[in-house]
Amino acid sequence: MLSIVGTIPDNAFPLIAGNITMEGEELCIHGRKIPVNRGTPALLAAAIMTGNMLDQPAPFVYLAGDIGLGNGSRQVYEYLTGHVGQSDANAITFHYLQPDVDWHNKIMFALDEMPKKPLLIADAGYMYAAKMSGQSEAYDLFTPDIGELAFLADEKAPHPFYTRGFILQEENRAPDLIARAYKYNNASRYLLVKGIKDYLADKRGILETIDYPIDDAMEAIGGTGDTLTGIASALIASGMKVSNSAFIAAKVNRLAGFYAKPTPATQVIEIIRQIPRAIKETLTKTKVIIGNEE
Amino acid sequence: MSFLGFLKPKKEKRPPVSGQDRGILVFENTSEVIRTESLLKAEGWKIRVMGPPPEIRSGCDLVIEFPLIEKLRILRTLNKAKIQPKEIVPVINPLLQPVDLFQIKDFGRYLMVRAANMKLTVEKDTRTIVNVSGGGCPDVPYLAKQMVGKTLSESPVPRDIGHTLCGYALQLAFEETTRICCL
Repeated sequence: MLSIVGTIPDNAFPLIAGNITMEGEELCIHGRKIPVNRGTPALLAAAIMTGNMLDQPAPFVYLAGDIGLGNGSRQVYEYLTGHVGQSDANAITFHYLQPDVDWHNKIMFALDEMPKKPLLIADAGYMYAAKMSGQSEAYDLFTPDIGELAFLADEKAPHPFYTRGFILQEENRAPDLIARAYKYNNASRYLLVKGIKDYLADKRGILETIDYPIDDAMEAIGGTGDTLTGIASALIASGMKVSNSAFIAAKVNRLAGFYAKPTPATQVIEIIRQIPRAIKETLTKTKVIIGNEE
Repeated sequence: MSFLGFLKPKKEKRPPVSGQDRGILVFENTSEVIRTESLLKAEGWKIRVMGPPPEIRSGCDLVIEFPLIEKLRILRTLNKAKIQPKEIVPVINPLLQPVDLFQIKDFGRYLMVRAANMKLTVEKDTRTIVNVSGGGCPDVPYLAKQMVGKTLSESPVPRDIGHTLCGYALQLAFEETTRICCL
């Protein structure tokens, strides 16, 4: 089963742990409705839709409201350190959380004590905390964009805001940035770099480049990275290899975007609606033969 | 690096930040840094928003670098405004410099401005914010919710409702977008 840890952009949203579903176009947990927009809600919607297509159980989530003060994130961190040990998740995805190295390390201790450590996926603020703590290698998948990849490649930067200028954040530098991130041990076992082209990489270098369908507008749409991480997470939790999951997720996300006929003004919910169709088509047509590591 | 620097009238000249005689003001969260920056810049202090040294870094931080010799006067200014720094420490090693480059992408009808890891997209004719993308701190989805669908002049300003480095980066993108759209 997939677990997802994140925040909801609403200060009044309480700490909640439980299974989450979708009703229409809203998320539903413990009788509460959550609108689907960019951030953790977009990741959740994409993961639920993907899981539904694969007959997977509803994800188990740890959520709290946080609008950037970090109070909700700290509630989630505290709860998780006390309860993650009882989880039967085979994959855990960490998402929009206030980066905090101390809490990150406490959670890592709790995960280390689990009888079978789940596969770990990180994106957004929690990926920043993982890198800053020097424990990126404990993760199975990070999903950075090119700016975040430059941050992973900069061994001194504690946040993308401080990536040094000589580390160029350009798409055509992706192979160098990936190599540098692995050189300084600041990358997870696999990287799925999202951008004009998506790159699947590991410490050996780029394994796959996914560049079809291509639409520049996707870069401007808030939440397309969240959906990518959500799709990959659900595929991983279904038992598919991490490398194959990342590869298929990139294809599905691009195809869902293509079907939404996006412009830079498109909202992510319009892309999420297309995920079932994109999954069906991708799984029918794609032979996955990348990884042999798991 | 300033939110308000070019908007504020010039006041009495204060001593510049120089050499090793610098200290940093450390705060609980980035919104307090932003508030302090606005206040001290408005009072004419030569301060800079920088990245914290590794020994006091917690995750998503900014600090304010100031001339150490002016510590008492600066503290008096902060006290009057009921702002209490968490810590005041001298600068020993070079501090991290925030990203200050912008990348502009023209989509024809739309324009996207990227500052660090944050991207803001507007419809050129109406100056309506149509998307906010990038970023990883929890105020980003909140900021997007508050800003998307509003024009640059109607929208809340990220420095007023954001709390993190991503919020700070979005402010820079917002200022640059406003500047370009006003040319």
